[in-house]
Amino acid sequence: MNKGVGIVETKYITFAEPPEEMALESGQKLGPITLAYETYGELDGARSNAILVLHAFSGDAHAAGFHRGDDKPGWWDDMIGPGKAIDTARYFVVCSNVIGGCKGSTGPSSINPETGGPYALDFPVITIADMVNAQKRLTDHLGIDRLLCVIGGSMGGMQVLQWVSAHPEHICSAIPIATTLKHSPQQIAFNEVGRQAVMADPDWNHGNYYGKSRPERGLAIARMIGHITFMSEKSMEAKFSRRLKDKDYSYGLQTDFEVEGYLRYKGDKFVKRFDANSYLYITKAIDYFDLSGQKLISSGTGSDVRFLVIAFESDWLYPPQQSQEIVRNLKMRHVDATYIEIKSSYGHDAFLLEVREQTTLIRHFLGRLYNGSGGDNAYEI
Amino acid sequence: MKSDGVRMDHRIIYDIVEPGSRVLDLGCGDGALMHLLATGKGARVQGIELAEEQIYKCVKRGVSVFHSDIDTGLSEYPDKSFDYIILNQSLQETRKVEFVLNEALRVGRKVIVGFSNFAYYKARIEIFFHGRAPVTESLPHAWYSTPNLHFLSIRDFESYCADKGLKVLARYYLGENKTVWLLPNLLALNAIFVISAEE
Repeated sequence: MNKGVGIVETKYITFAEPPEEMALESGQKLGPITLAYETYGELDGARSNAILVLHAFSGDAHAAGFHRGDDKPGWWDDMIGPGKAIDTARYFVVCSNVIGGCKGSTGPSSINPETGGPYALDFPVITIADMVNAQKRLTDHLGIDRLLCVIGGSMGGMQVLQWVSAHPEHICSAIPIATTLKHSPQQIAFNEVGRQAVMADPDWNHGNYYGKSRPERGLAIARMIGHITFMSEKSMEAKFSRRLKDKDYSYGLQTDFEVEGYLRYKGDKFVKRFDANSYLYITKAIDYFDLSGQKLISSGTGSDVRFLVIAFESDWLYPPQQSQEIVRNLKMRHVDATYIEIKSSYGHDAFLLEVREQTTLIRHFLGRLYNGSGGDNAYEI
Repeated sequence: MKSDGVRMDHRIIYDIVEPGSRVLDLGCGDGALMHLLATGKGARVQGIELAEEQIYKCVKRGVSVFHSDIDTGLSEYPDKSFDYIILNQSLQETRKVEFVLNEALRVGRKVIVGFSNFAYYKARIEIFFHGRAPVTESLPHAWYSTPNLHFLSIRDFESYCADKGLKVLARYYLGENKTVWLLPNLLALNAIFVISAEE
């Protein structure tokens, strides 16, 4: 395995100071806005090697390398680093936490300058488009006019598509992974159950729990539901089967099965790192997302943006049919694109786990863009 | 099938395709032909391929490909989206031959069809004298492992085009290592037709 990017630090940028607040899709305004971000690698002289990595629902700006003193690397360290899929020896990689989040960027747990206390539910509802508009301010700040690539899975893939829709002239290529043009009723339904679990927790207190007891039970249940949707029937069978935590059934209501223990563990871990109000706001942003019809690439115009669309066979949360819908849109517009459905039994989790296949695809896709070379030669002619 | 490193059928198709054309290769395999057309002819190429392992090879070559079967792969494309649709050694493997050909003729101005000739003399000998399903250089699979769902001869394809009112713009007949001029339905291993829907 290649070594990684080493020790990294999260940086911060603040913009949209009143009265120059950023206009949101809802018509409301937000400002000032802080974005937490990290960068890896060096920007080349022509500023043409920048890649924006977009994180999924619960991700953050810390995509690769280690924070000092940590023993766990960033969330996509398998894919980002020298010699890896997104090769930091060649590319300048940027990743920021989304607005509405709770990992350093402005969100409902941030201080509202008007009140001096946390926003809580005074935080305006944000959308995927708002997240992307904030990211655009960051890339402007970094002096990047045209990104070589925008890449991300799940909600990160939605941001990729939003970049294509809103800022096509500022990107060369897009890699949406395990994502969709719009949330289906089934997907909205899962999110709504999660939100209701949070809001049903008495500690949620209409969002005013900061400095008090937090709605950990509700948020943990929401996350448990999420984790069920991230796995496949097959991967759950392989991981847990019907194995018991103890020798025998308890014939009581405690945790008997390993799968129960796993979900509880995941839920309990999640509440320590995630804000319940951010959970509500970000799931809402995902549900509002809809680039179906003519909205991805406006009709009549072609697009120079090149696509690599990746889906996973056993992903039932963002099934391959939804990626194929993206591809249908691209075909109608004659957009240069590659689509692959990777055979995997990991379900939606596959986009973080199927490293080897994605490395082959992404490395060569980016190499062709950056070098302009035709890749491996078939023939000499 | 090789001459100076390039497969003979690829060489012939390469010579057919005009520089700068838009090309869709149905059943593009590892993308070798698309790469040839893109680098040598400046063609804008797109492939469709069902086998996952071939998708990685295409991406390594730097050619764009959709992971899909070709029976359903064309419906989104507007009419005459491409200058050429290539169906090289893939038509025999499609379930709905007529549907795929009609779609190809709708989406492309010209369709290049390459197929193995079932009436090649060695195949006839296999059937006639040995009573066996033929295994030849261009039909190398045994009856139980062949990907081919349809078997046809050059004459079959000629009469298909005549019956459907399709214009045959060019015909190429391929022997073991050179093109065949005499008695193609008997002596050619493979054929490549360029067809279009009549105006």
